[in-house]
Amino acid sequence: MPATVLLFWSFAGLAVLSALLCITRKNPVASALWLVVTMFQIAALFVLLDAQFLAVLQVLVYAGAIMVLFLFVIMLLNLGRGGASDIRGPAGLAVATLLAGALGLQLFIVARTAPAGTPGASQMALAEQAEGMVGVVARPLFTTYLVPFEITSVLLLVAIVGAVVLAKRQL
Amino acid sequence: MLLGPALSVSAVLFALGVAGVLVRRNAIVIFMCVELMLNAVNLTFIALAQSLGIAGQIFVFFVMAVAAAEAAVGLAIILALFRHGRTVNLQNITLLKG
Repeated sequence: MPATVLLFWSFAGLAVLSALLCITRKNPVASALWLVVTMFQIAALFVLLDAQFLAVLQVLVYAGAIMVLFLFVIMLLNLGRGGASDIRGPAGLAVATLLAGALGLQLFIVARTAPAGTPGASQMALAEQAEGMVGVVARPLFTTYLVPFEITSVLLLVAIVGAVVLAKRQL
Repeated sequence: MLLGPALSVSAVLFALGVAGVLVRRNAIVIFMCVELMLNAVNLTFIALAQSLGIAGQIFVFFVMAVAAAEAAVGLAIILALFRHGRTVNLQNITLLKG
């Protein structure tokens, strides 16, 4: 088994394990910290799938910014200390496991039917060698996908205004 | 080479996110599970970008931007809800019930 595949499965196993811990911990702070671990493992998987730049973004934006925002709100609302568990009772738990299991199985079967990737260096790896890690993402982003990129900036502006309006007691 | 395994892992992660949304009652934890589902989808995009071209990676970029905006607005809504009812437990939030 090549080292890449071995590394992939170890990071994938850790990601699934920490995601499982994230959804089962009673304490929201513990949940959030396990989700940070999951995001780091997914960033490692991104590197193995030839997406180094997005792996960096994953750590900076997801594990860095978004999860800190979550932790900040949890601690602001003082939800970190114990109290009653928010996990549903046995009936709800059974239904949820059944539904999520069925969905997981369906997605798994769909994933199985995917064509096997081409062996050897992938198309992405070759493009990265030619243009560089950032260049390969930046060039299409600022040419083909320029309009969606600009619209995203408007979306972020709307989100900022919305968050301020919602969080303020009165304008 | 890693396409099949990556798709399987992302299927498992997505199902775990769905399970979290269904099992938990804490609004913030449910929100975190939605982020987990977004991450699983990002993994699919990047696995397919390996053989189908750069568009998948560009999409992940946009998903991250939308997730950041969603987190900011969603957490502001949760803050407003908490200020209104002193709880983030979705069982106790019944504003829309007649």
